[in-house]
Amino acid sequence: MSGYTGVTQEDLEIMLGAIGVASIDELFDSIPAGVRLRRPIDLPPGLPEQAVYAELRRLAARNVSAEDEITFLGAGMYDHYVPSIVDMLMSRSEFLTPYTPYQPEISQGGLQVMFEYQTAISELTGLPVSNASVYEGPSAVGAAAYLAKLANRRPRVLVSRGVHPDSRATLQTLAVGYGTTVEEIALDDGVTDLDALREAMGDDVSAVILQQPNFLGAIEDVAAIADAAHEHGALAICAADPLTLGVLEAPGNQGADVCVGEGQTLGNRLDFGGPSFGFFAATDAHIRRMPGRIAGETTDVDGRRGFVLTLQTREQHIRREKATSNICTSQALNALGGVVYLSWLGRTGITELAELMLQRTHYARETLAALDGVSKLHDRPVVREFALRLEAPVDKVLDRCAAAGINAGYRLGRTYDEHPDGLLVAITEQRTRADIDRLADVLGEAVAAERATAQVPA
Amino acid sequence: MSALDGGATPQQRERATTIFEKGAPGRRAFIAPELDVPQVDGLIPAGLRRAAPPRLPEATEPEIVRHYVNLSKRNFDLDSGFYPLGSCTMKHNPRLHERVAALPGHARLHPAQDPRRAQGALELMYELQGALAEIAGLPHVSLQPSAGSHGELAGVLLTRAYHADRGEQRTKVLTPDSAHGTNPATVTMAGYEVVKVALDAAGGVDVDDLRAKADESVACLMLTNPSTLGIFDPNIEEIAKIVHDVGATLYYDGANLNAVMGYSRPGDMGFDIVHFNLHKTFTQPHGGGGPGAGPIAVSDRIEPYLPRPQVVRREPANGGPPTYDLDEDRPKSIGKLRGFQGNYGVFVRTYAYIRSLGGEGLKDVSEVAVLNANYLLARLRERVGEHLPLAFGERCMHEFVLSGAPMKKELGIRTLDLAKRLLDHGMHPPTVYFPLVVDEALLVEPTETETRETLDLFVEAIAAIVEEAAADPDIARNAPYTTPVRRLDEAGAAKRPRVRETL
Repeated sequence: MSGYTGVTQEDLEIMLGAIGVASIDELFDSIPAGVRLRRPIDLPPGLPEQAVYAELRRLAARNVSAEDEITFLGAGMYDHYVPSIVDMLMSRSEFLTPYTPYQPEISQGGLQVMFEYQTAISELTGLPVSNASVYEGPSAVGAAAYLAKLANRRPRVLVSRGVHPDSRATLQTLAVGYGTTVEEIALDDGVTDLDALREAMGDDVSAVILQQPNFLGAIEDVAAIADAAHEHGALAICAADPLTLGVLEAPGNQGADVCVGEGQTLGNRLDFGGPSFGFFAATDAHIRRMPGRIAGETTDVDGRRGFVLTLQTREQHIRREKATSNICTSQALNALGGVVYLSWLGRTGITELAELMLQRTHYARETLAALDGVSKLHDRPVVREFALRLEAPVDKVLDRCAAAGINAGYRLGRTYDEHPDGLLVAITEQRTRADIDRLADVLGEAVAAERATAQVPA
Repeated sequence: MSALDGGATPQQRERATTIFEKGAPGRRAFIAPELDVPQVDGLIPAGLRRAAPPRLPEATEPEIVRHYVNLSKRNFDLDSGFYPLGSCTMKHNPRLHERVAALPGHARLHPAQDPRRAQGALELMYELQGALAEIAGLPHVSLQPSAGSHGELAGVLLTRAYHADRGEQRTKVLTPDSAHGTNPATVTMAGYEVVKVALDAAGGVDVDDLRAKADESVACLMLTNPSTLGIFDPNIEEIAKIVHDVGATLYYDGANLNAVMGYSRPGDMGFDIVHFNLHKTFTQPHGGGGPGAGPIAVSDRIEPYLPRPQVVRREPANGGPPTYDLDEDRPKSIGKLRGFQGNYGVFVRTYAYIRSLGGEGLKDVSEVAVLNANYLLARLRERVGEHLPLAFGERCMHEFVLSGAPMKKELGIRTLDLAKRLLDHGMHPPTVYFPLVVDEALLVEPTETETRETLDLFVEAIAAIVEEAAADPDIARNAPYTTPVRRLDEAGAAKRPRVRETL
């Protein structure tokens, strides 16, 4: 008996008696001998809670987290401040432990949270319909391509090279199953090459996918890209960084048919990459092609306002092989964190936060680009992240900065072969001017030291 | 007993108001840090500046807290009561797991952190992979998929890559009619045709039908064992042989793993690819619909196609301690199914669970899960067996399916009505109308973390409802009465969808 199961000797006798067997073993008689496990499961013996806690602490101590260093690492997930009320509400039993709301009469809490979340995402993206979440950012891009396939059955998808490398990779992987070919549109000086896009367009293109801001931090011309897509009847799909939508126009107001993105920055932790949530919004025309859960408003038999999962005939549990997606479990608890966070930020707060990031990002880019051996990789308008070029090996510079307690950012060469000297630097409201100035000092010294090493004759 | 007429409950009396209907212009919870750099204009090109802010609420922290705390009280949850939802494995969520997942070394670790500075996370993932491999009986694990159906998609795409690599063009995937809806939905997304395999009289795969349908156009057979009927298929070895003889892969939907840990491993049953539901078997809280995780374990022949990156361990030549890394160099990989490495926060919780229980504890889980289900079945049969008979077989594994068809015929209430009346008894109903192969299905899974007393209370509640229906079927037909809202117009919601607040 463990701390989680509670069969006493007395229980066992009563239960075996009621069933009519002599032992628990008999209940496993239906398992054929040929597939029986004849030895114990080969795992270390169980430990009491305090020992497990100690072990998890030991492992935690072997990680350098945002608690341990001043981090400018972004590349799709960002070290924002998560307010205490988010933790508190996400850990309430009533939100943490129930299942998907299949019995709506006792799930009005969860269903209304979904409805409120859908409203908030709709407001952010400028599109009328949002679902109740998908897994995360890159797979949301893959799911959007599936919606486009269901909408027009065309065989080609065009994706900007400015879209997150993990999103492009996920799209490629899923496209094999969709029977779709994915073609990349190059960047031109930091943004999607519109000429190359128009060149590649045709009536066999299902969708054009872009990211706003793009992976190199640059603001894209969403309207122009959407126009190019619509000229040939393709869908315009925009993957957006949600907090930048505090100062950037909503993709839905610029012609995007679908807007998806990574929701981690909305009240969710870094957690080494997950769980977070993906948001997914679209025009009314696509509501019946949307993947995942959607909460809808209705009334009960006494006329009370209430909420239910709606349009379930899209979903796998009803429509099976004809469903709009196979998704079942999504990220409901993380979406709760998202809507609580957006409510906490509020209408003025999200604008102030985005404006703060905008100004500090500008200051950071100008300050760092003024350092010896550091220049802008592109000079396009940015909001919260920008790309630099270093005249020294980026990995070695990063190591020197790390030793000084600073994570200077993402080495672009990891995923962009054409930028072996690139560094992507991210700003959040947690990075103060003092932090940025410290980064400038440390980065400047690190680049100088590496250049000096390189100049020493062999 | 008459229906609870006259007097709505306090929760029923308060009208549902959203957060958008609360607060007032000018109120705020977030105080922005001061702008500590010079303000510069014109940083965003004119056409790209947001013209109007999103109409998010304007409320204080106390308003937000009160709103969501009160909302939470309109939810039934597992901490509060019995939740025998078949197929979902609603077992207790240990709170230690929340504590360790919140440790900043785990919670505030960036996914793109240099692997040399994330050794704790990679060690945890590597150890977890090993534990899952041992439980599955298959050596190679990817933790990347974010949910069971994501794992299924991975599995079918792996199958596709495997066949393509051998120059084979296969077009079909077989799956029984009792399968969870995610299985056929996954098959379509992966570009295959779904072909249904019949069940035999005992509820297992009809081996003759399988033999007839298994040919070289079949890529894969997707199964769960025990099945969604809670029955362990006695023909699994023959099924595996038939599938492998035509060169197809055998896929295991791990939703029902809670029944067999320590007794049988899917790898030993002959499966090539297995997915786990960490939010079912391994206590990740369901969260009202996620997050979860759906890692996969595969055989040697499928290993080359696993998603990238893979967590690897390296033993240095000089005899120092091992190091962990993310290996992106996987030329035959199907690629990626999502960003970064997966739902690490879920891995932390699962790892804590496995370290808490150990091998013996996991076997105990399956023993008590199966004991509890059989006890509950025996007591229900004794009390209401003529109205709610077991649909297939004599006993069960960790869950069982009753049919409400006799009850409907004799007493005039359906499984749906029984479920709704159960809400008035303060319990979550079992799964209803699944699997599809049983008429008026009621799929019951108590899990191992419930005590005998709770199971007895459930039996009494079911018996009371049946007895009440015999006297007056209208009571259950119009239930529930005591919940925050009563039966809702779902048809109306679908006909005229209102999926956001009008502002």
